[in-house]
Amino acid sequence: MRVGRSSNKILQRKEALGLLFTAPADLILLLLLAYPFVLGIWLSFTDTIIGRSGGFVGLQNYIDLFHSEVFRLTAFNTVLYTCVAVFFKLVMGFALAIVLNRDFKGKGLVRAIVLLPWIVPTALSTIAFWWIFDSNFSCISWLLLKLQVIRSPINFLGDTINARASVIIVNIWRGIPFFTIGLMAGLQTINQTLYEAADIDGATPWVKFKSITLPLIMPLLSVITTFSIIWTFADFQLIWIMTRGGPDNATHIFGTFSFQRAIAGGHLGEGAAISAFIFPVLLISVLITSKYLKRES
Amino acid sequence: MFTLPNDISIRGGVSWDKKVRSVSRREFLKKSAAGLLGMGLVSVSMDSLFQWNSALASDVRPPELRLEKNSVVKVLRWSGFVKSDEEVWNANTKKWEKETGGKVVTEYLSWEDVRSKAAMEASVGAGHDIILGWYDDPHLYPDKLLDVTDIATYLGKKYGGWYPVCEMYGKLYGTDRWIALPIGSAGICINYRVSWVKEAGYDKLPSDIEGFIKCCKKLKAKGHPTGFALGHAVGDGNTWTHWWLWSFGGKAVEKDGKTIAINSKETIQALDAAKELYETMIPGVASWLDPHNNKAFLSGQISVTSNGNSIFYASMKKFPEVNKDLMTMNFPVGPVGRPSELSMISQAFIFKHSPVPNAAKHYLKFMFEEAQYGKWESETWGYITQTLQDYYNLPAWKKDPRITPYRECVKRMLWNGYAGPLGPASAAAMSEYVVVDMFADVCVGGKSPKAAALAAEKKLRKFYR
Repeated sequence: MRVGRSSNKILQRKEALGLLFTAPADLILLLLLAYPFVLGIWLSFTDTIIGRSGGFVGLQNYIDLFHSEVFRLTAFNTVLYTCVAVFFKLVMGFALAIVLNRDFKGKGLVRAIVLLPWIVPTALSTIAFWWIFDSNFSCISWLLLKLQVIRSPINFLGDTINARASVIIVNIWRGIPFFTIGLMAGLQTINQTLYEAADIDGATPWVKFKSITLPLIMPLLSVITTFSIIWTFADFQLIWIMTRGGPDNATHIFGTFSFQRAIAGGHLGEGAAISAFIFPVLLISVLITSKYLKRES
Repeated sequence: MFTLPNDISIRGGVSWDKKVRSVSRREFLKKSAAGLLGMGLVSVSMDSLFQWNSALASDVRPPELRLEKNSVVKVLRWSGFVKSDEEVWNANTKKWEKETGGKVVTEYLSWEDVRSKAAMEASVGAGHDIILGWYDDPHLYPDKLLDVTDIATYLGKKYGGWYPVCEMYGKLYGTDRWIALPIGSAGICINYRVSWVKEAGYDKLPSDIEGFIKCCKKLKAKGHPTGFALGHAVGDGNTWTHWWLWSFGGKAVEKDGKTIAINSKETIQALDAAKELYETMIPGVASWLDPHNNKAFLSGQISVTSNGNSIFYASMKKFPEVNKDLMTMNFPVGPVGRPSELSMISQAFIFKHSPVPNAAKHYLKFMFEEAQYGKWESETWGYITQTLQDYYNLPAWKKDPRITPYRECVKRMLWNGYAGPLGPASAAAMSEYVVVDMFADVCVGGKSPKAAALAAEKKLRKFYR
């Protein structure tokens, strides 16, 4: 009886009940997120090689990476890939959201089409782009050759600069719908009377955008941008399918380089150290966004 | 096809070897052939009878293997480029199931993904029993693998011995313990268009590198560029660049596995010559992954490339015009004066965690026996180059002159990471495309050979220490 009463008491306390109810979710997070994460961090401090457990080596893996030319190139590629791709996705996605938010014939159909790049599995759409950017069979090269604009096929993925540009373009193509649809949902929640009031005051479209649309959509925009940064920074399949990090490591980003070293090359410890570099950048972007959101609220 | 006595197993865990060894193989062959002919079963072609070549005369006693009760062998293997590969493999597997009462579950995986899955299974100590992996996979986790010395010794004795490079791949470095059975190599040869080579003034492609470059230059001048992958192509990129490097006497590391040897005058010579060859190539090779050269060759865009037999196989099925004009040959020999090639070697190995080690061993042994292996060779048109020397004479190699050179591939090859040992360092060096990137640096990236060799040296030093 006493046990029953005391458990009743515990259940009546809000904090305890809350903890109890969230326990299953906590457990899942702990098992599926926290454990692999901590294990990854631990591995990065060891010299583990596939099939044999390694010893603790402290920061050696990180020090080695800083001295590695390929790693420095990979870090540069990752930042370039993320910054350029996210910038264009944001600008173009936002522009598309504003256009699609207007009333026009066939609005529903166009909105559905815009979503396509996001819906199609990345592996499939990337294979299509792999063909589009093929050094010998590219349809773009074919068309330009027929139009006599170029004399030989464009070396899309075989030249370091072209290859970087190509993978970024594919990433932008795939990511625009995420911004468009997300921001469109936000645009629809803005009270139309604000625009009407601005019209009465004689505000120009630019002023309306700057003073009404942008401030009101900012919280949503920052969340979407953060997500996009996270996904772009930690991308893998797009690069792996198109270039495997080549030519000459020009398109390696942290995800692909980490996989190559840890799994294909068997050096798990170093691979984990490479992927650990993804974490601080993501943490910073999440912190900035959440700080911004708090200030907004 | 005949089934040799030592392929016969008795259901229910009884050792099969003892019961059947009373009849020698030669005797069995004679009697079976006579019996069949006597019974009028002449539908068995004479060719297939005479597939039993001299190798079979050796009367080698197979290791005794008592199959575990109700054994289920789980196999993970790569999916092949030629369709018949899986068909024959599955048929041979069914044959084993029928004869032993065991069961096999085969999972096919894209060939590049086998390594990661096998590595994961090695780490966790669970999963498949047998893996058909690549190159130095077994040397990444030798402690996790079953000793297969008995099977390797038996097969070696019975079929004329393993090629030396197979001993390097199969045995744990510095020991006589076999941890894997090199099951075959997706051999790589030069594929070229005969009519275009004739147009360039040659009867066939020269078999020395100097002549080869000259011919390629003439081909290019006639509007028929060559094409060799310089992108991160696991198979095609690694194989031809290693051949080129070794042919000039270059190597990644010395025998001690510590002294980095890539920054040498031989490497510089190789890179200089590669630049000459690159000038004969079609633009875009730096972006090429494994399928690219197949597509370019079959569509008539390039005159020369290096490849497995998949170009021949595809041309036979779908591109008759290309097939008529296709010829193959082994990689030309460079200044080093001897064949020094790399082909993609596949290794079969068994995990210690397997609950059915005997069945797994027995299954592999069965697949290596001539009745099965010969069929595999024959129906895949030489897709897999033999690792046991007697299979050099299998009739399959004479089916078409274009597949004959493929039987030389293992005989002529060195191992990845030559001249050092196989292990995590050689695996990492190849998976990071150190050699491929060194060539790409010079050919496409505009680096001087010296600078590219230095960069490669730095990368290699990271792995070999």
